[in-house]
Amino acid sequence: MNIVLELVKVLFAFVLVMGIVPLLIWLERKISAWIQGRVGPNRVGPFGLLQPLADVVKLLFKEDIVPTNADKGMYFFAPLLAMVAPVILFAFIPFGPDIVLADYTFKLQVCDFGVSILFFMAVLSTAVFAVAFGGWASNNKYSLLGGIRAASQLVSYELILSGSFLYILLKWNTLSFRELIEKQAAYGWTIVSDFPFSLLFFILFFIAALAENKRAPFDLPEAEPELVGGYHTEYSSMKFAMFFMGEYIAITVMCFCMSVMFLGGYHFPGVVDVSGNFLNALLGLAVILAKVFILIFIYMWIRWTLPRFRYDILMRLSWHYLLPLTVILILVKALI
Amino acid sequence: MLLDFGVLLLYIVIACGFLTAALVAGRIIRPNKPYKDKLTTYECGEDTIGTSFIQFNVRFYVIALIFLIFEVEIVLLFPWAVVYKNVGLIALIEMGVFILILLAGFAYVWSQKDLEWVKSEIETEKEHGTNL
Repeated sequence: MNIVLELVKVLFAFVLVMGIVPLLIWLERKISAWIQGRVGPNRVGPFGLLQPLADVVKLLFKEDIVPTNADKGMYFFAPLLAMVAPVILFAFIPFGPDIVLADYTFKLQVCDFGVSILFFMAVLSTAVFAVAFGGWASNNKYSLLGGIRAASQLVSYELILSGSFLYILLKWNTLSFRELIEKQAAYGWTIVSDFPFSLLFFILFFIAALAENKRAPFDLPEAEPELVGGYHTEYSSMKFAMFFMGEYIAITVMCFCMSVMFLGGYHFPGVVDVSGNFLNALLGLAVILAKVFILIFIYMWIRWTLPRFRYDILMRLSWHYLLPLTVILILVKALI
Repeated sequence: MLLDFGVLLLYIVIACGFLTAALVAGRIIRPNKPYKDKLTTYECGEDTIGTSFIQFNVRFYVIALIFLIFEVEIVLLFPWAVVYKNVGLIALIEMGVFILILLAGFAYVWSQKDLEWVKSEIETEKEHGTNL
């Protein structure tokens, strides 16, 4: 019985994370259209909702071109990694409260290790390899430049991400996402219970997350005017689709992570408890999805509002301002 | 705990299986008509000169090195951050010293201008003797 439940949960988690992607693509196009005073996709299905599906079908039917000069093994490996790594990341995120059954507590989280934050960090850092391998293996100068730029940018901003995780550990003294939410439910959400620090770290984490996901204003790896498509210039058909979808999955997972770390995850005072019956779990899922979509909307809002950074400014922002700020804030937090 | 690992494995297998299925389905239904010109490296209509497996700017390497040091340090701080309240003052002092040593290294890198992406004309002049 338990095994069947776990299997259903795993399938549900996978469908959830994959199902958000087409929705995000549609949202992105609608929001960009709205911000720029256009209509956006409106032909395929009601409100153009089926547009992403049509895109995927088109990409499936496109010819797959593998350049003769490419390093074949790495060329195939990179898009796989770009997609699988963010999907695995989602396994560590709790997406709903515990359901208490007669003899069994059913956790709405694919796997709950005591150290899921460490696992999360470990898998997160493999994102660098996908872009670096993809850019290098294509044997194209634009791809190479895009790839090494991306690698450098990702490692620079990953330090700030890790620093924000460190703050969360200092604050809540736990390495498990689930315990994190339980503690936030008991003592108040991170963002309000530790006001000046939490807000600063939330902003730091948000900036670093934008850079990690290669979103504007940090989308230099794929700066069209200079680099054509960046690291995925030479990719076509399903391989390109995998880079594309992987990016959106990474955004979703990052927003899930942010809502768990700072905004109390699926907890909502008075409405959702950390464990309870089936209805409670459904409400919790709705609450965390609402938080995630608000964050995603901010992502898109920023993307269609701000211009792209110059590369030297991007690196200076990370190494000269954000990183020292993170380290000093952590020291101060530890002292208090 | 063991069940959790099993579930994670199952999840990874499902993810990989789905992706492989998508790739195989694409391979079956898409056209495949390669010819020599189509498979050349993209270069804005020009013929590509040489390979791209070349040496690139050493700054990226320096950044990667500094990243490595910082990341290892932060991972080392993770368990400390979880328990430092129980261990007391000694843990705080020890890690304070550790972070200060690291910051000294960071200050050195900064003073060597390895974190500057664009060097000013004056610095370039100092290094090369001319204003490029």
